[in-house]
Amino acid sequence: MAYAAGVDVGSTQTKAVIVDEGRRIVARALTMTGANVIRAAEEAFGTALRSGDVREEEVEYVVGTGYGRYKVTFGNTQVTEISCHGRGAVHMFPATRTVVDMGGQDTKAIRVSAVGEIVDFCMNDKCAAGTGRFLGAASSALDIPLDELGPTALRGERPVKISTTCTVFAESEVLSWLGKGKKIEDILLGVHQSIAGRSTALLRRVGLEEEITFTGGVAKNVAMIETLQESLNLRVNVSEDSHYMGALGAALFALDHILAARQPAKTA
Amino acid sequence: MTYTAGIDVGSTYTKAVVLDHDLRMVGRALRPTGFKLAQAAEEALCAVLGEAGLARDAVRYTVATGYGRHQVTTSDAQVTDLTAAARGATHLFPGTRTILDVGGQTMKATRLDEGAKVKSFRLNDKCAAGTGAFLEKTARYMGFTTEEIGPLVSTSKEAIAISGVCAVFAESEVINHLSQGVAPADIMLGAVVSLVGRSVQLLKRVGMEPEFTLVGGILRFERMVAVVRSQLQAEVNVAPGDLVQFTAALGAALLGQRRLRQLAAATATST
Repeated sequence: MAYAAGVDVGSTQTKAVIVDEGRRIVARALTMTGANVIRAAEEAFGTALRSGDVREEEVEYVVGTGYGRYKVTFGNTQVTEISCHGRGAVHMFPATRTVVDMGGQDTKAIRVSAVGEIVDFCMNDKCAAGTGRFLGAASSALDIPLDELGPTALRGERPVKISTTCTVFAESEVLSWLGKGKKIEDILLGVHQSIAGRSTALLRRVGLEEEITFTGGVAKNVAMIETLQESLNLRVNVSEDSHYMGALGAALFALDHILAARQPAKTA
Repeated sequence: MTYTAGIDVGSTYTKAVVLDHDLRMVGRALRPTGFKLAQAAEEALCAVLGEAGLARDAVRYTVATGYGRHQVTTSDAQVTDLTAAARGATHLFPGTRTILDVGGQTMKATRLDEGAKVKSFRLNDKCAAGTGAFLEKTARYMGFTTEEIGPLVSTSKEAIAISGVCAVFAESEVINHLSQGVAPADIMLGAVVSLVGRSVQLLKRVGMEPEFTLVGGILRFERMVAVVRSQLQAEVNVAPGDLVQFTAALGAALLGQRRLRQLAAATATST
């Protein structure tokens, strides 16, 4: 049995996925990227190998993706995260035509064809507004761990209107709402709605088409899913493996390579 | 003696100034704003009064300015920070025609007419990349406090290019430079150059013309002023020492004195 692997080195977290020849996920691993990007990639891959009980030599091809993809020193090739997220999302939800990927520092809207090829995309690359960082700012201002933000926000009944665009200023706005006596859950619901609004605008720019699949680390956040659905007035697909979607796409590209290499050359 | 107070509630610091009848400053004080704005204003004012040995009721008129001016419940009047800074700047430098005010969360360019009235202005308050927060974040990523920014840039030999597009994205840029062995002072100066570059854009949009007066606590460091001077290719006025940070509070107190005189004149005519 041959295996293929994808390693997605993101700005915050590094993810690794191993698939078998039947395109099934046999192992996944996640680690913080930190300052040593090369080591983070090695660590994520190593952990995935152990958890899937796969020997390194059984992995015939490795594709690196994400902003640190060139630091995947053991990778055979690199593919952009846009392609990988598109591929992963279509694999999980075959009817996907639009992917919204929310990561630590960027949000991307990607339009894909029925076979998972990229038709168009747009992303925020100039400004951190509307990205996972906005949640990070709220988390540190309110001193609530990231994974509790969503459940807390869902308890909100009267969301505040967040008026700042800039992530840096959001932190002081959150504090000033707190100073005015607003409830934490109402402030947090407002923060989520603000990000959902920005993401919806990004999706409309790329040309929204159903079905929509929500990927990236922020897709783990229940309030983000809910506010995004409300803002779009559409249902979105979310997989348990949403934050592994880029790594999964990379692993599928790696598997393509293995299978293609086995085909007898047509011109022979 | 009729004293007036000017209180400038900024996003980061609250500044208070008390003036006597002859427009002499009897004291000034600064407090972090925090998120209890009214309390910060009261504390700053009490600190000035304590320093000057004045009773609370010696102050006959209080003018509040800055973004939190409406929260100062004890003030008699509120004026915009543009008006207050314009009044303070022209008091210190009568030839002022263009003001650059760099605050913690806003950057303002103001153009004055011959009568020292605000003619036009532009401000950036949507994005931290053009404000003091950009420098604060850059310093923090490297483990320095806001207070250390001035001394740090003064030791820089050469600024490293910082794109300055987003204060959040600057973090990865800073980390990259640090890992390549670039000195923090050079990174910090790079951030200053980037910020000043943005401010020159803003100044151009108000149709800048000399004399230029700088306002805001960030500009109390000589190296910062030198960067502004070189990018503007013009001389600039800067109030000495920490007074540059109190320009708007001073302006507010001056407007208070003018108001008192108007009130006194009105009383004199009516009797």
